[in-house]
Amino acid sequence: MNLIYLDNNATTKVDPQVLEAMLPYLKDEYANPSSVYDFAKHANHAVRDARGVMKDFFNAKDEKEIIFTSCGSESANTAIRGVLNMNKNKRHIITTKVEHPCVLNLYQTLEKEGYRVDYIGVNSNGELDLAQLEEAINDDTALVSVMYANNETGVIFPIEKISEIIKSKNKETKFFVDAVQVSGKIPIDVQAMGADLVGISGHKFHAPKGIGALYVNSKTLITPLIIGGHQERGKRAGTENVPYIVGMAKAAELATDHLKYEATEVKRLRDKLEQNIVKNIFNARLNTGVANRVPNTTNIGFEYIEGELILLHLSDLGICASSGSACTSGSLEPSHVLRAMNVPFTAIHGSIRFSLSKFTTEAEIDYVCEKMPGIIEKLTNLSPFQDELEALKRLRH
Amino acid sequence: MWDYSDKVIDHYRNPRNVGKIDNADAIGEAGSLACGDSLKIYLKIKDGIVTDAKFQTFGCGSAVASSSILTEMIIGKTIEEVKKITNKDIADQLGGLPPEKMHCSVMGYEALEDALKNYDDYTDLDDIRNEEEANKQREKIVCTCFGITENVIWDAIKMNGLKTVEEVTNYTKAGGACGKCKGLIQDIIDTYYKKEEHEKTESTLTPAQKIIKINNVIEKQISPELMKDGGDITLVDINGNKVMVKLRGKCSGCKNSHLTLKAFVEKTLKDTVDSNIEVVEVE
Repeated sequence: MNLIYLDNNATTKVDPQVLEAMLPYLKDEYANPSSVYDFAKHANHAVRDARGVMKDFFNAKDEKEIIFTSCGSESANTAIRGVLNMNKNKRHIITTKVEHPCVLNLYQTLEKEGYRVDYIGVNSNGELDLAQLEEAINDDTALVSVMYANNETGVIFPIEKISEIIKSKNKETKFFVDAVQVSGKIPIDVQAMGADLVGISGHKFHAPKGIGALYVNSKTLITPLIIGGHQERGKRAGTENVPYIVGMAKAAELATDHLKYEATEVKRLRDKLEQNIVKNIFNARLNTGVANRVPNTTNIGFEYIEGELILLHLSDLGICASSGSACTSGSLEPSHVLRAMNVPFTAIHGSIRFSLSKFTTEAEIDYVCEKMPGIIEKLTNLSPFQDELEALKRLRH
Repeated sequence: MWDYSDKVIDHYRNPRNVGKIDNADAIGEAGSLACGDSLKIYLKIKDGIVTDAKFQTFGCGSAVASSSILTEMIIGKTIEEVKKITNKDIADQLGGLPPEKMHCSVMGYEALEDALKNYDDYTDLDDIRNEEEANKQREKIVCTCFGITENVIWDAIKMNGLKTVEEVTNYTKAGGACGKCKGLIQDIIDTYYKKEEHEKTESTLTPAQKIIKINNVIEKQISPELMKDGGDITLVDINGNKVMVKLRGKCSGCKNSHLTLKAFVEKTLKDTVDSNIEVVEVE
């Protein structure tokens, strides 16, 4: 059985070229980049060069604006806590209802610490309510925090426009963008975005797990989350993870080269998959609008059947996807993202996310398109909502 | 990633007895679409024996497996045997379920219970389970997110020996969403174990110990309270659970003496010694 990996928003395969670039630093070049002897020079320069590559990846002005972290969650925690600690007199934060849990749970913690947090909603296409956002900004707003694209739906938020809104209402308010789900999928240009802080995670674009980066605009001051040594200009203590930093830089170079492929070929395969499913399966519905999404992601709801059961049957064929269903995560609550979008209960538990990568082939997509109707038909026959399904069938045909 | 047993995997891959029985003798339902799992079970019953069973399930792998194995467990069984099946039996037959998935077996049990309730010849399930206090209170919804009643939580605690709020959430889903009812769930757990502890002491008291205990409670707890109001009480006799007393002082002849007797004296003895105690006044 061949593996068909369509869960690239969860994590990605390490690119063989990335592994190749990392290996010397896992073998012979093991020096601590802070050491003074010649032996440390290679490691030191490797980190320096990687910082340069990441500067270009973000289109930052200065490589001093790049901080290496261990993951996306650390990037976000560093940015958010760091900014708030520097602006202790301001106690108001604005974010969205559909942020990643690593950010949402932090805001819930901050609420307990006395911060006031406004959570901006989305419409049924998953698009942010900008009027609500504008209204929420006031003199006390320390931080606005918005993801670049949603991990479950792929919907892209208009970062430049949001930045303009923030600047027009309160020039002191800092703007953090969680760009984890766009890195390697669309270009990141921190200058055009008008963001003060931007976080990413290596394993979403074919670097290994355990490495992330945070862009912090030179005008933005933050306190470190991890306190200790002088590394990362005092903004993140801990000996540099040289092999992984090198790996992420290699992945960033490759990702930049592949941006056009993502926008054309990956998008074509994604569109083929979703159009095929929605056309051939009467109880399938696209949970988002078609426009303004990262090119690799689709989120499809299958009405009156449950998502985990679909995933288990896909898994039996070697197909990996994920679900916003409550049962998959063990949280008992269906996806907060799909609920914020008011996806009907008939479909929310049966929602499946397919996320492609540059490694996805046409043959794989064709295989999924071929197998999907049979799986859904089998599971539809199990459903106790046969009358409702019958009505839906008549409606769709 | 769930660690499902081979049996669970077999049953969600190849569910048995899927579908609907058109002239079913009993139909039971549990769960709802909003909750994310929902089950319908159809029974054909002849001469007190379940001759056929079918199911339809909207739910995850373990929900389908629980429903599927349940139909296998009940076909060919007498109603009496079927009534004894618990959610734990369902989970055991499947070779166990992950803790977070135990609510799937509870749903199977609830659908079966519902079907039996709807069956004409069926006598109250509460009798079978010897549940003496199935009162209105327990129909009250505790978890508003998932619509879980106190009854369901109580039964899950009882059948599975649940000790923590987290376990109750795993088995019934209650408290799994907004979490506002976690305090209430803790109260139910506390009440259950207090009651169980109480029942244990009841059943282990010898008749002589019981007499001593009743006497002690009257002397040390009840009498001092009555004396505050200028009254008093004397223990006259004990016959099994019947406690005969005489009210004295201001209590004797008081218009409210009946109330004092039932609401205070009898309640105190019920709470501390035995819930079956009856207090009567003798001349």
